[in-house]
Amino acid sequence: MRKLMLGNEAVARGAYEAGVRVVSAYPGTPSTEVSECIAGYDEVYAEWAPNEKVALEVAVGASIAGARCMACMKHVGVNVAADPMFTAAYTGVNGGLVILAADDPGMHSSQNEQDTRFYARSAHLPLLEPADSQEAKDFTKMAFELSEKYDTPVIVRTTTRLAHSQSFVETADREDVPLRDYVKDVTKYTMMPSSAIGRHIVVEAREKRLAADVDGFDIVREEMRDDSLGVVCSGVVYQYVREALPEASVLKLGIVYPVALGKVREFAGKVKRLVVVEELEPFIEDTLKAEGIACEGKNIFSLQGEFSTAIIKEKLLGVKVETEKKDLPVRPPVMCAGCPHRGVFYILNKLKLTVSADIGCYTLGAQPPLAAVDTVVCMGASVGIAHGFEKARGREQSQKTVAVIGDSTFIHSGITGLINAVYNKSNITLIILDNSTTGMTGHQQHPATGLTLKQEPAKILDIVALCKTVGCDSVRVTDSYDLADLEKIIREETARDGVSVIVAKRPCALLDRNYPPACTVEDCRRCGMCFRLGCPAIEKQADGSAKINPALCVGCGLCAKVCRFGAIKEGRK
Amino acid sequence: MKSNILIVGVGGQGTLLASRILGALAEGEGSDCKLSEVHGMSQRGGSVVTHVKIAPEVTSPIVGLGDADIILAFEELEALRYTDFLKKGGTVVVNTQQILPMPVITGARKYPENIIGELKARAGKVIAVDAAAVAEEIGNLKTVNVVMIGALARSLGVPFEAIDAALKATVKPKLYEVNRVALERGYAYEEEK
Repeated sequence: MRKLMLGNEAVARGAYEAGVRVVSAYPGTPSTEVSECIAGYDEVYAEWAPNEKVALEVAVGASIAGARCMACMKHVGVNVAADPMFTAAYTGVNGGLVILAADDPGMHSSQNEQDTRFYARSAHLPLLEPADSQEAKDFTKMAFELSEKYDTPVIVRTTTRLAHSQSFVETADREDVPLRDYVKDVTKYTMMPSSAIGRHIVVEAREKRLAADVDGFDIVREEMRDDSLGVVCSGVVYQYVREALPEASVLKLGIVYPVALGKVREFAGKVKRLVVVEELEPFIEDTLKAEGIACEGKNIFSLQGEFSTAIIKEKLLGVKVETEKKDLPVRPPVMCAGCPHRGVFYILNKLKLTVSADIGCYTLGAQPPLAAVDTVVCMGASVGIAHGFEKARGREQSQKTVAVIGDSTFIHSGITGLINAVYNKSNITLIILDNSTTGMTGHQQHPATGLTLKQEPAKILDIVALCKTVGCDSVRVTDSYDLADLEKIIREETARDGVSVIVAKRPCALLDRNYPPACTVEDCRRCGMCFRLGCPAIEKQADGSAKINPALCVGCGLCAKVCRFGAIKEGRK
Repeated sequence: MKSNILIVGVGGQGTLLASRILGALAEGEGSDCKLSEVHGMSQRGGSVVTHVKIAPEVTSPIVGLGDADIILAFEELEALRYTDFLKKGGTVVVNTQQILPMPVITGARKYPENIIGELKARAGKVIAVDAAAVAEEIGNLKTVNVVMIGALARSLGVPFEAIDAALKATVKPKLYEVNRVALERGYAYEEEK
């Protein structure tokens, strides 16, 4: 059957057709939909794990137990999963193990632009990179076969443009891949020095065998056209190269690690000029240069951002599309109308606190007019950073510092930071913005929502009890919409010695869309207080007065609370 | 059919559904097609762009600068923001809705005036549709995107039956009826002269 599919959907389809039995993942743009699509197949067990490290460990377990399995994550999730990944390279697999890693050139929805390909080299794992949805499906299937043939986990690397583009895919039936026998083998699966020393030798031998074999892989494809220019590329960049340089000869590397050096040498010998076109780091280019293959690459192209047909035409053909300089107001992403995070950041701004924030929708609290955030680094970092601030600058600093984290991010890796703070006699205040979902990635379940990835009922992690159990000195719960209580509690807890947690609860405004009527304004005194909320539904009129857009307002009533003159009224039910 | 279409708007306006209806249209026609979407952070009320390419064979999934036959804009300012993508003589089908971006809401910037005029100066043809008004008449503000798809389909010369089949293949069955009304109204939309 031929069907339009998202790259992520095609990866899921490929895993399904390959007979995958167990999939574990943590949501992260642009990888999230792989797991959501897999969850639709009844034959496959699929779950959300609290973080990527756990997800990969689950996959490693399932693999050793004999099942084909997959762990999915975005590029920064690979950092979290790196620990089991490096050693799973040593144990190898039983059932095929595929790691889906989605990079984000251009940072559409990420905090950095790191390049997963280096992990492949560093951990000695083969890495495949598809160029469209059909290849996303085919390469994922192939990854399972390679995994079992070479006894290694295999990385399938996508990028945002591949993951979130749709193209046609021919589907096939699911293969019947039986569970392999599990046989206890301490020398293979118990990695302590005595066995790991032996396995390291195996890893190197496997890599040599693979490096020799890749020249014969049909996914390394030479397309000879004009010989004046030869381009080496992979992934979605191949599509841009074909569109920009229809006459150029191309060597398309479907497998990027190990690089098929024999094929590259052969290709280099046939063309007059060899250029590597790759987004992000000069991974392929450096590999070729280390092997003495002369080529160009990052002397022409940027290490930053996404490429396009236009960029390649400009850099290699000198053809530049004229663009017009327009001075238009920007439209950055904003917290939605009714977002429960808004009130918290409004108070943090008002109290002029130093705020270490975290990864999620609430990162948008850094944007004006809320502008309440000082630091954002990685998942879970808010807690450790606030603790570090205190240890560097003392108690006086922690009285004006708070850490802010979402419920899903707290469970992902904030809890360990909190345990550290308690253990090491900190005086930090942590605000957990509990909106009962994983918001930014599109409302995924997590251990505190009561449902699994397959939407089956689950036990509900009690965040308040957890914080008490790890020894926090004070744990208080409030409603994110109750500004007066929020302000009072934040003042009290930052002044209090010891570790404090404030759980600000209110479900994401996009979950249950049964909204009360919109707010209204009458006799606005133009004080401008409501504009400080940064609500997209409150518009500033030419005369400085406020108008509430009824199409956007969800009636949360926050603006009515901040209006000093009572000019804003909550809609009546 | 061969067309490069750039769908622009504000996160939450339903550009994804619009592109998927066009994908289903290509599928029905047996054309090749690639769509490129925006998920994640940018969706939260930010400026969003979805690329739709329909042709006998499509390579790159993104529409390049100066390469769009049509810009389908769900919001006026976003239409103006992306005119560099329009081919010489290309068409802009624009929803005359204005959604104020945060710098305008806070008073730091002014919303540009006479955008339709600015678009006319840059495009071969501008079709202005008050889709929000149509959606309000229908009684479902969420149907703005399908009203716009109706207007686009007519400007492309796509038979109503074909775009209707694409709609039916894309939306959930219980939402088809209201969206079909939106599609009809968009397809039959006459600009005020």
